[in-house]
Amino acid sequence: MNQTTSTAMEESPLPGSQYNLRLYVAGQTPKSITALANLKMICEEHLSGRYQIEVIDLLERPQLAAGDQILAVPTLVRRLPEPLKRIIGNLSNMERVLVGLDLRPVAAP
Amino acid sequence: MSITASISAAEIPAAEAAQPLTKARTGITGLDEVTFGGLPAGRPTLVCGGPGCGKTLLATTFLVHGAVMFDEPGVFMSFEETGDELIQNVASLGYDLGALVAQKQIAIDFVRVERSEIEESGEYDLEGLFVRLDFAIKSIGAKRVVLDTIEVLFAGLGDTQILRAEIRRLFAWLKERNLTAIITAEQGTGALTRYGIEEYVSDCVLLLDNRVSNQITTRRLRVVKYRGSAHGTNEYPFLIDAQGVSVLPVTSAGLAHSASDEVISTGIPGLNQMLGAGGFYTGTSILVSGTAGTGKTSLAAHFVESVCARGERCLYFAFEESPAQIIRNMRSIGLDLQPRVDAGLLRFEAARPSLFGLEMHLARMYREIEEFAPAAAVLDPISALRGETGDVHSMLLRVVDLLKSRGITAFLTDLLTVEGMDKADAGMSSLMDTWLSLVQLESNGERNRGIYVLKSRGMNHSNQIREYQLTSQGVKLVDAYLGSGGVLTGSARIAQEMVDASAALRRAEEKERKHRDMERKRAALERQIAELRAELESEEEEARKAQQHDEELEKRMQAERRAMAIQRGGTAS
Repeated sequence: MNQTTSTAMEESPLPGSQYNLRLYVAGQTPKSITALANLKMICEEHLSGRYQIEVIDLLERPQLAAGDQILAVPTLVRRLPEPLKRIIGNLSNMERVLVGLDLRPVAAP
Repeated sequence: MSITASISAAEIPAAEAAQPLTKARTGITGLDEVTFGGLPAGRPTLVCGGPGCGKTLLATTFLVHGAVMFDEPGVFMSFEETGDELIQNVASLGYDLGALVAQKQIAIDFVRVERSEIEESGEYDLEGLFVRLDFAIKSIGAKRVVLDTIEVLFAGLGDTQILRAEIRRLFAWLKERNLTAIITAEQGTGALTRYGIEEYVSDCVLLLDNRVSNQITTRRLRVVKYRGSAHGTNEYPFLIDAQGVSVLPVTSAGLAHSASDEVISTGIPGLNQMLGAGGFYTGTSILVSGTAGTGKTSLAAHFVESVCARGERCLYFAFEESPAQIIRNMRSIGLDLQPRVDAGLLRFEAARPSLFGLEMHLARMYREIEEFAPAAAVLDPISALRGETGDVHSMLLRVVDLLKSRGITAFLTDLLTVEGMDKADAGMSSLMDTWLSLVQLESNGERNRGIYVLKSRGMNHSNQIREYQLTSQGVKLVDAYLGSGGVLTGSARIAQEMVDASAALRRAEEKERKHRDMERKRAALERQIAELRAELESEEEEARKAQQHDEELEKRMQAERRAMAIQRGGTAS
């Protein structure tokens, strides 16, 4: 019961909680450029000042793909706050990105 | 560097285009035979089948054999099991996957696809998968790849259109890199795979099947298609057990066995005499049929001992008795097989017939025969193998065929439920080169054992029914008594033999008596001759004496005449 309560609390965008985000791409493809642009836009709008984006190009560092279970690219991984979240795609559907990052509660559970 | 490498790699396929398909051997007994050399090298092969039919184990075996036997490292990309699970699972087959991973012969990459953890937003592709695969391949220089089971992606990701395009691209990518790949897929209803993967893998498709019939399961494998190569088209049973995976292509019923003139003793001197050649020809098939308790196993044991005595190996498939039981029982007829087992010449393989289906039994036998390479094999008894008559017949045909093609002498025993010819026998007859029939001869309130040679191809053989006994010194054939009433056995034979013996005694006495009479007559006559001779001698003596007397008388008269003349004339003239 306790856990459920604490999870519910985390799901709301707590002021001050730091977002550690990783964007996995494979080369400078249109999809990856779009994804990064979309991500920056969303972060500026919702997480201004408390986010950190690390872009990892798998063509340069392929050994990192297995660690974060990367399958599709682009993949956005929310490393902090926990739990770990993955969002795949060029992030063009903003609603789904916000749901995926727990920045907005799911409309209909 | 990488540019030159990719150019030369691109040139190679063009240069090889005219050559026949090269194949990558799987090292799986039988599968390489069915596919005439292995899976298409540098191309993807689809292995599909229902749950639990051995797709993952087949794929793993392909990789392990590649690494261990053919110096081809491999990557295992698993979508279902983690690396540790996989290592544990195949340890039961005797594969040390962990060690191969440590030696960089095999790389395992577990791809976790969990729909609940993935949010989709906009366009994506599976380049991440390609990157991971590429990384794993390069890290060990892999030549082989297994994707098990890629269809999990369909459950984890929503956009099937993207997935299909990406999977198609993945197969092309594998082909481009000249990797021999196995892709496993779950069988769908009415289709080979649930998501129609077979559309993209067109080079080689293997279908695995696990069928239950009469509560007994049999695994089967079929090559559905193999582009650019001939292949066996039947369903072949295959085995998964402690020795790994083996497929058993046991339908190759060619009739090109070489015929041997070499003879192997039956182990029973009397039986050797019944067979014109003095035993069985090696590499032939021998059937011993008889009702319960006629001594079929004892005959088999004699044969086994005879094979082992030649220093050759013998494999004994026991379907009804445990090895220990057979050895103990055979000691009672003076045959100790234990030393042969200890010397490695004799191996027992005992399994209840109901343990597996017929095909599995055949498969197991096939593997044992391949492994042990015996000079002779015993199946005791074939009647224990249950199934449809046609199935049993077909299985035995293949067993006999298998043994014959390897020049192995086959010794089969068959328990008849009723005296005489059984239904199964009629079909078996044509398979057998030598058929010994053991019969119970009932007469005068006792049962005796009789043996006769029903047929023996390629040799003159006795037409007699011979009585035999199971003695503490083994099976002994008794000289047959053929009287006016037919063959006599048991006490009837003994009685007849006694009658004969007394008649013979009488004849001998008569002869002796005649001989004595003759002797007496001869002695009497010789005595007469001696008397006559003595008489003659005495008469001769008297005649001689009379003559002497006459001569002396003559001399005296002459002397008297001379004396008278002197007195008359005064002087002698």
